[in-house]
Amino acid sequence: MATTNSRSLAKLMLFPSVVLLLIWMIVPLCMTLYFSFLDYNLLIPGDNPFIGFLNYEFFITDPAFIESFFNTLLLVGGVLLITLGGGIGLAILLDQAIWGQNYVRIMVLAPFFVMPTVSALVWKNMLMNPVNGLFAHFASWIGVTPVDFFAQIPLLSIIFIVSWQWLPFATLILLTSIQSLDREQLEAADLDGAGPFSKFFYMVLPHLSRAITAVILIETIFLLSIFAEILVTTSGGPGYASTNITYLIYTQSLLQFDVGGGSAGGIVAVIIANIVAIFLMRLIGKNLEG
Amino acid sequence: MGNITLKQVTKSFGDVNVIKPIDLEIRDGEFIVFVGPSGCGKSTLLRMIAGLEDTTSGNIEINGQDATDMPPAKRGLAMVFQSYALYPHMSVRNNIAFPLKRAKMDKAEIDKKIANAAKILNLDSYLDRKPGQLSGGQRQRVAIGRAIVRQPSAFLFDEPLSNLDASLRVNMRLEISELHKSLATTMIYVTHDQVEAMTMADRIAVFNGGIIEQVGTPLELYNKPNNKFVAGFIGSPKMNFIDAKSPDNDKVASIGVRPEHLQISTEKGMWSGTVGVTEHLGSETFLHVQLDGAGTFTVRADGECTLAYGDKIYLSADPSKIHHFDKDGVSINKV
Amino acid sequence: MAVNSSNKSKIIYTFLAWTIGGLIFFPILWTLLTSFKTEAEAISASPSLFMFDWTLENYKEVLSRSPYFTHFWNSIVISIGSSLVGLLIAIPAAWSMAFVPTKRTKNLLMWMLSTKMLPPVGVLIPIYLLFRDFDLLDTKTGLVIVMTLINLPIMVWMLYTYFKEIPNEVLEASRMDGATIGDEIFYVLLPIALPGIASTLLLNVILSWNEAFWTLILSAANAAPLTAFIASYSSPEGLFYAKLSAASAMAVVPILILGWFSQKQLVRGLSFGAVK
Repeated sequence: MATTNSRSLAKLMLFPSVVLLLIWMIVPLCMTLYFSFLDYNLLIPGDNPFIGFLNYEFFITDPAFIESFFNTLLLVGGVLLITLGGGIGLAILLDQAIWGQNYVRIMVLAPFFVMPTVSALVWKNMLMNPVNGLFAHFASWIGVTPVDFFAQIPLLSIIFIVSWQWLPFATLILLTSIQSLDREQLEAADLDGAGPFSKFFYMVLPHLSRAITAVILIETIFLLSIFAEILVTTSGGPGYASTNITYLIYTQSLLQFDVGGGSAGGIVAVIIANIVAIFLMRLIGKNLEG
Repeated sequence: MGNITLKQVTKSFGDVNVIKPIDLEIRDGEFIVFVGPSGCGKSTLLRMIAGLEDTTSGNIEINGQDATDMPPAKRGLAMVFQSYALYPHMSVRNNIAFPLKRAKMDKAEIDKKIANAAKILNLDSYLDRKPGQLSGGQRQRVAIGRAIVRQPSAFLFDEPLSNLDASLRVNMRLEISELHKSLATTMIYVTHDQVEAMTMADRIAVFNGGIIEQVGTPLELYNKPNNKFVAGFIGSPKMNFIDAKSPDNDKVASIGVRPEHLQISTEKGMWSGTVGVTEHLGSETFLHVQLDGAGTFTVRADGECTLAYGDKIYLSADPSKIHHFDKDGVSINKV
Repeated sequence: MAVNSSNKSKIIYTFLAWTIGGLIFFPILWTLLTSFKTEAEAISASPSLFMFDWTLENYKEVLSRSPYFTHFWNSIVISIGSSLVGLLIAIPAAWSMAFVPTKRTKNLLMWMLSTKMLPPVGVLIPIYLLFRDFDLLDTKTGLVIVMTLINLPIMVWMLYTYFKEIPNEVLEASRMDGATIGDEIFYVLLPIALPGIASTLLLNVILSWNEAFWTLILSAANAAPLTAFIASYSSPEGLFYAKLSAASAMAVVPILILGWFSQKQLVRGLSFGAVK
């Protein structure tokens, strides 16, 4: 179908979405870019002079940025490692013939639907609290000193909580992918005398590679912007020990009212996310053609 | 009324000309079949007549009125699609009623028309089912029912039988032919199957590469093909071609003989060869003969034929049944 | 022999799967159970899994002593409102791209998705300032606008993939049958696409309900949805585990149930079609 009539109508119907997203993306982004070159603090009235790249210089050379940059890497990397490793294992396990598969699936999936503030608070208070938490009770029951999770290993604790939230996503995507693996192929491999390990490395893993890439890229996009979990557990502390770039920019912009510095940070974050996004778009683009 | 006239109609997608200028006059009440290999432009032309595709240049006239830029809904044509294109969420009754409701017909009249269509097409007991609960043949009937209730000035069929199995296809072919006889409405029917074309058409238009190679009655095309393409496309099994010269006409570059026009002899004939694979169909037998010169001939023999692999035979044909073509594949009638 | 050994492995796999599944589900189960305990039992050093005095006191307390309903209502208005507004904008766009594709359609889709990949901190300050200047801070309207915009790309994308599955011939048939463009959309396209539209709506309600960046930053007492309300429990003074659990349970359980219905759509919607 393609008549002139329907084509002009189609343009009209696309218009609202395109314009709204254009406004949502371009206008604020340009404003951020503009602010990032100004000496602009909401607490200091007066004009906001143009100061070139000074905000960027301050932001990038700030030790807090260095620390939160590495925290961001650790957070993203750690969660990816746990969710992918666990996800592949769980997907393979759930793909086996087991009793009550649907119920297990539901249980495994559940954490994904828990709002971030709830999961962070449940873990922080009821499980990881050094006095009243379940882990502390368990530790003293077996005679070990309880760990004060958010004081001693704040970033690791957050990595753990976030992994719990994202493991279901990885498992679900990988399970969907595994289930699309051609059973006849596996049977042929059985006939050819392939053992479970060679089947895993030569057939299952290559089949999963696409889903794994998708999980990595999509999780990375979301994990770069982890915010609520940090806000309600450690507030980025102690010091900057659990601050990521998103949280750093939040404190700089909305707690210290440094519009210029926060904007420079925002642009840096956009650049980092773009690098990931380019790879993700390539992956999806390939799929669109196929 | 239902005559459709195409005047210098073309269609291009970007730089690709899918339809080169086509002139065609479709008469009121005739059953015309567009036939050709896939990608020849036959379906595109049908969709242009329907108004589902823009016409790049030229004019389409329906009942003497210029319809080139008319939206499909205004053209008064009905179409039956290859995939049936039934509305999956509506019952058979509502599928058939849909065009009538769009025409703002009153309810009593709609019910009468549905009952009538259901009777013609044997759909009475399925009216309250959804398309998903019907077999392929029944769905096809519903699609036809949806088309006839509107009393269109012409029906357009886009390969309507290609999703049906072989025996059902033969039945539906008959039903559509009968429908045409009883309604006497113009029908344009697109297919790649020359058997459908030969059995159903009043006239056939053979398409190839965006042009019409030849228009004519089935027998005209069979007996007097304009060129090698039409000769090879019409008739089953295909016409046999070999390169040949003629002492009488130096333009002749090749000749063609239909399998059913070859006579077999064990003693003498125009061509000699060795029998290869034989296909016994019961009523007839097809022999694939390797000629001693060059090439192979398919030969139709009777059902009791006892020739077997490796037998030496001679073939000949009535000179009046031999088709001659020049080096561009155009028919030469007089030798 | 063969039957036996495969049965044995089935028992082992089942045991393993249920154990791991149980561990993953445990924090949620524990929260649900704690919500029925007294505060003393909730922090007891020798907690009991089921053998405690079940009480509904915490739920009563949370509902009567805090503006829980206000925030619950905010969550509903924001998540359902933004999903409905989003559908209104996304359906025509998805229709265009699925049924009248052009050379630019693919790029357009990719561009829409790319907006989803923009980190929120990149536009945090301008949005905050714009909201302040337009008096949208701490309003449900403001949050509906933001949620609509951040989920619009996913909606367009999901609807596009659903519409793509509807054969074009069915729509063409309706055009031949004399349907206007309005008839075509309301009587043919929408009814056929209804399951896909419902899934899209469902997934977006879930995503908006759980969104915890903009809701935390742009809302205060008035428009705060449950994400922000629950976050207020993070203050270290007074750890009321049982009440926290009750509040959490009420915030999570509805979405948990909706979520289980939308497993398949989740894959489609969140992997942007990269995994089918």
